[in-house]
Amino acid sequence: MNTVTRRRFLTLTGVTAAGALAVGASGVDWDSLMTAAAENPLDPGAGVLVVVTLYGGNDGLNTVVPAADRAYQDARPDLAYQPEEVLDLGEGLGLNPGMKGLKGLWDNRKLAIVRGVGYPRPDHSHFRSMAIWQTASPDTSVPSGWLGRWLDASGADPLRAVSVEPVLPPLLAGESAAAASMPVGGLALPKGALGEAFAALGTPVPGEDPWRAKATRSIGDLHNAVRILGGAAHEESGKDDEDEKRDKGASAGGSSGLAAQLDLVAGLVEAGVPTRAYSVSLGGFDTHSDERGTQERLLAELDTALTPFVQRLQGSDRGKQVTVLVYSEFGRRVRANASDGTDHGTAGPMFLLGENVQGGFHGEQPSLTDLDNDDLKATTDFRDVYATVLGDVLGTDPGRVLPGHTTRLDNLIRAAG
Amino acid sequence: MAVLDERAAARRLAERFGFGPRPGEQVPSLEALLSPGGARQAPQLAPLSKGKKARAEQERRLVIWWLDRMVADDAERLTWFWHGHFATSEQKVRDPALMLAQNETFHRLGRGGFTELAKALVVDAAMLKWLDGNDNEVRSPNENLAREFLELFALGVGHYSEQDVRESARALTGWTLDKKTGEAKLHPKRQDREPKQIFGQTADFTAESFVDLVLGRPESAAFVTGRLWFRLVSPTPPPPDVHQRVIAAYGPGRDIQAALRAIAGEAAFRDPAATIVKQPVEWLVGLLRASGLTASDLDEKKLLNGLRGMGQLPFRPPSVGGWPSGGSWLTTSASVARLNLARLVAQKAKPEALERLRETLGMDTWSDRTKGALDGVAKDPRELLAVAACAPEYVVSG
Repeated sequence: MNTVTRRRFLTLTGVTAAGALAVGASGVDWDSLMTAAAENPLDPGAGVLVVVTLYGGNDGLNTVVPAADRAYQDARPDLAYQPEEVLDLGEGLGLNPGMKGLKGLWDNRKLAIVRGVGYPRPDHSHFRSMAIWQTASPDTSVPSGWLGRWLDASGADPLRAVSVEPVLPPLLAGESAAAASMPVGGLALPKGALGEAFAALGTPVPGEDPWRAKATRSIGDLHNAVRILGGAAHEESGKDDEDEKRDKGASAGGSSGLAAQLDLVAGLVEAGVPTRAYSVSLGGFDTHSDERGTQERLLAELDTALTPFVQRLQGSDRGKQVTVLVYSEFGRRVRANASDGTDHGTAGPMFLLGENVQGGFHGEQPSLTDLDNDDLKATTDFRDVYATVLGDVLGTDPGRVLPGHTTRLDNLIRAAG
Repeated sequence: MAVLDERAAARRLAERFGFGPRPGEQVPSLEALLSPGGARQAPQLAPLSKGKKARAEQERRLVIWWLDRMVADDAERLTWFWHGHFATSEQKVRDPALMLAQNETFHRLGRGGFTELAKALVVDAAMLKWLDGNDNEVRSPNENLAREFLELFALGVGHYSEQDVRESARALTGWTLDKKTGEAKLHPKRQDREPKQIFGQTADFTAESFVDLVLGRPESAAFVTGRLWFRLVSPTPPPPDVHQRVIAAYGPGRDIQAALRAIAGEAAFRDPAATIVKQPVEWLVGLLRASGLTASDLDEKKLLNGLRGMGQLPFRPPSVGGWPSGGSWLTTSASVARLNLARLVAQKAKPEALERLRETLGMDTWSDRTKGALDGVAKDPRELLAVAACAPEYVVSG
């Protein structure tokens, strides 16, 4: 890796210049796409994917806990959970005590846990590893996110994917298409002469500088999105509590207010917005010190956001087509450090939730004694999980998004219907 | 390569090395932009109170004060750059006085030698809190600060091994925050004084000698000057020969000001393709200047909500990796927030500033599309200002 890689990642946090250029220059007929979307709302039989990114590197061993394992207890004398503290999942594993709602979903077979997920030659940098997960390219640096490439492959309609955060995550930026972003605050545009003048700024200018073309497109996208979504009004919650109990582990990105983000997503799905993929996030998982309390609070936030979301979605036909995917850029070192925390590690569990997942465990639990330089050895490649949801949720040939990757997980998503 | 004409080049310099022009004033010279600027009157923050409300109030005061400083003084541009480079967030620091102290360090040392700046930052109280340096001690090193220093502050990813990270963490042990004063102090008992092997060299490295070692690595100068280029010139890296000249100017003294002077002198700095999306704070400060206003003139809550909606609140970068860039600022939601903030500024803009708006913003060079859009609101100078502020020609620095 070199500094160019890092720069690319930064460039990648929006649409790449190449993408903006391609779309701005080719003058995609946005209006016709939008009109089609308005006239053809989301097919109630179409799968919808909601990606939840946990920024900072969530400690998988204290999420899906091998509490009865002597090696686990020995490696983390002060950080380990005891077998009676965790929520028993069977096979010697238990959920973190902060995840009672998800335990209920597990019992109802609505939660699948893929164990030991990672990639070859793991990187310990938050930013490189998150870039690898979001671009789905462990070996070479590529200038597009995996769902961005899915957008590229399935038409440039930006409403096909929506990020519910102010900033677009790299996973939603393709070479030529990018998601729209729709913050929880809701949208309102001015009327009258001011509104018309503002809208007029969204008209493409042939040959315009790529960044300016992108700025132009964002204004055009906004007007089209508002026309479709009707400016969902929604109060943002928790604005005055930005630091409440979130101080430790906050140095590696992500946003808060997950419940409000998911609330908005549920409303959009139920309204029949023709969006197939959503991105939300929760930050604060960089638990180098005083991990136990911090992580338990964060996992409880995840739990109290995800549980009602999944339950609510079971109440509508479109909602039943939603599958949620939860991941983090890496797990933590097996052995605790003496700050009662853990340093950057490798493999960790992924969660999939929803009506159509095959509940239960998937993949092998990594060994706690056969380690690679003190770190877990991954047993499942994350691209296998991506390939599965691309095929079984988004109905896309994974080969178009994950070039050269041919394997997937069987029986993770049940056949719809 | 085509280059910008004199007028466009002068405007670019004012927007990249400062916060843009003011109504009726000459565009500042390079020397003026590089000068240390006027004296700062930092706000007096009472000793840390435990209350969340009091802390939030201090933070708001700090943000408004700094925005006012940016409107008043181009010297703050570099302070702003370093805040993004050594990105530290109040979210975890939870002590505005420490954030202010760090900010004063950026201002004081940000235009001299990078060595002094980096040495100050590895033992900066806010930084120690932010990256768990406080927990880094001989019996159990915490790698967070060491890793991010190598990866994000001094060398760039890929120029160190995992073993280097582990050994570097040992070199930074022993620095803690005094619970009473909040100051960083070295606790010899917590410090690892055994030899460490970093980059193949074995010595009893401490925070200071560790920084010297790292900044002496061959990749460091290219990395630091590359970050300046990335934020002030273009997300596209400089051509190798240009970069070599900037590195030469930076030199063994790691002279930040000399590097900036070299950047401004390159023909590549005048490349029309070297456009850059203004960060929300840069966009806002430039707009306040053009309107004859300062941040204190606006409703505090609406102002901060506007910046939050655009995705950028000073003192709260999203991660230690710093602010996003480019297309991240051009999302649909950021467009709404930008328009609302532009309208807020326009409501208060000074009449004499509104009269000079076309000249201040350089509208005569804008596209027919934008001129046409502006014609629709030409009768109302405040609406004209709000729309102009959202024009792609203003949102992206040409």
